[in-house]
Amino acid sequence: MYYKETIRQMYDIGVGSLMIIFVVSLFIGAVTAVQFTYQLDGTMIPSYYIGYIVRDMAIIELAVTFSSIILAGKVGSNIASEIGGMRQKEHIDAMEIMGVNTSSYLVLPKLLAALIMIPVLVSVAAVVSIGGGYFASTYSGAYSHEEFVEGLRSFFIPWNVVIMYIKSVVFAYILTSIACYQGYFVRGGNIELGQASTRAVVYGIICILIADYIIAVLLTG
Amino acid sequence: MIRAEAIQKSFSDNHVLKGIDFTFEPSKTNLIIGKSGAGKTVLLKILVGLMQPSEGHVWYDDQDLCELSKKELLTLRMQVGMLFQGNALFDSMTVEENIRFPMDMFTKMSEKEKRIRVDYCLEQVSMEGINNKFPSEISGGMQKRVGIARAIVLKPKYLFADEPNSGLDPKTAITIDALLTEITDANNITTIINTHDMNSVMEIGENICLLHEGRLAWQGNKDEVLGNENPILQDFIFASPFLQKLKARALANGGF
Repeated sequence: MYYKETIRQMYDIGVGSLMIIFVVSLFIGAVTAVQFTYQLDGTMIPSYYIGYIVRDMAIIELAVTFSSIILAGKVGSNIASEIGGMRQKEHIDAMEIMGVNTSSYLVLPKLLAALIMIPVLVSVAAVVSIGGGYFASTYSGAYSHEEFVEGLRSFFIPWNVVIMYIKSVVFAYILTSIACYQGYFVRGGNIELGQASTRAVVYGIICILIADYIIAVLLTG
Repeated sequence: MIRAEAIQKSFSDNHVLKGIDFTFEPSKTNLIIGKSGAGKTVLLKILVGLMQPSEGHVWYDDQDLCELSKKELLTLRMQVGMLFQGNALFDSMTVEENIRFPMDMFTKMSEKEKRIRVDYCLEQVSMEGINNKFPSEISGGMQKRVGIARAIVLKPKYLFADEPNSGLDPKTAITIDALLTEITDANNITTIINTHDMNSVMEIGENICLLHEGRLAWQGNKDEVLGNENPILQDFIFASPFLQKLKARALANGGF
């Protein structure tokens, strides 16, 4: 049962979030490229740096943090509503009567699914962001294909990818556990359920940003 | 046998239960009745272990529910089935998946054995052939039956039902009552039903506990209800103007 539920959650979190992550990442990469094109214009900085900037912005910060914030909204509110709804409809009581360890049965599959799928989504986001940056740079005529690719291949530090995955795992844990907590302990009716869902998103985003800062200080300082 | 011993329950300054002593008899249909707010649901939740009493004990034979270890509690849970007021069927699962859920979680039965057991339980509640329907696709009365099927799937020793007739038309309510009694008798289950349905009281109440303002106001069985002069019981039984008229007419004709 835990296995089946984990697979279901992986599908919901992973496949269910793919489209929004794809669209948002594409535009983040494109906007990064356009903004830096504007800022680099007329400076002494070599033009191929655009690929380097887009790549590292995506890998170190934008792909992982933006994706996690979006997932805190989409997945976090979904989890809080699902568990909170089960609490209100006495599903959790029914499971407890049956002898099910509800905190484990309801939380663990979601947590595992998020810890597996969010790093995958972040990987997709990073690749799509860089792709978005590439299209915005080259199709606008601001940079050539060769310039962008040269920048993409320059100054690559594998540790940055490790940082991205560390962040994605930490953020996945934060957004899932906060959402599960808010849903599991909801009391009252529909208004309280809505409030719990909102709290899951707001607290999730705040905690992700705090964790982002701490990880940045610890791993790049 | 389940015994409530000096059960008290308070929520801040709100004293819901003020010392309930009652023995729920084995292999019988026991009813907890009373007006809304009398503390019926709280007592039922305490009996089943979903709430801890502020004071007092709940005894399952010689086991104190409040003192059980996690392992002992899990063993006891395997002997308990419960039908919830809102059915508590899992929306994302089909009828079959709902009924087999406890078996999937706690037994090592083969797929074939589980299917046979599901079909048997559905047959018990006269709901054959709806295995693949979702709860949203069946009526409230059918959902109650499926809830009963799920509650009995692990062959429980104790069956709890929280207002099983709420939201049902009188005829369906009578069917559900009959079903609960049949299951109680056929499987030798100790059934505890929380209700304020008068038909249930008169038809299936083998051992009745009347709660009033958090206290035990009366206890007896269905045969003792009409002839009893307890004012709280009389007020509860003949609450509606229609029943009051019937009572007056019956008394005018020399009694019930």
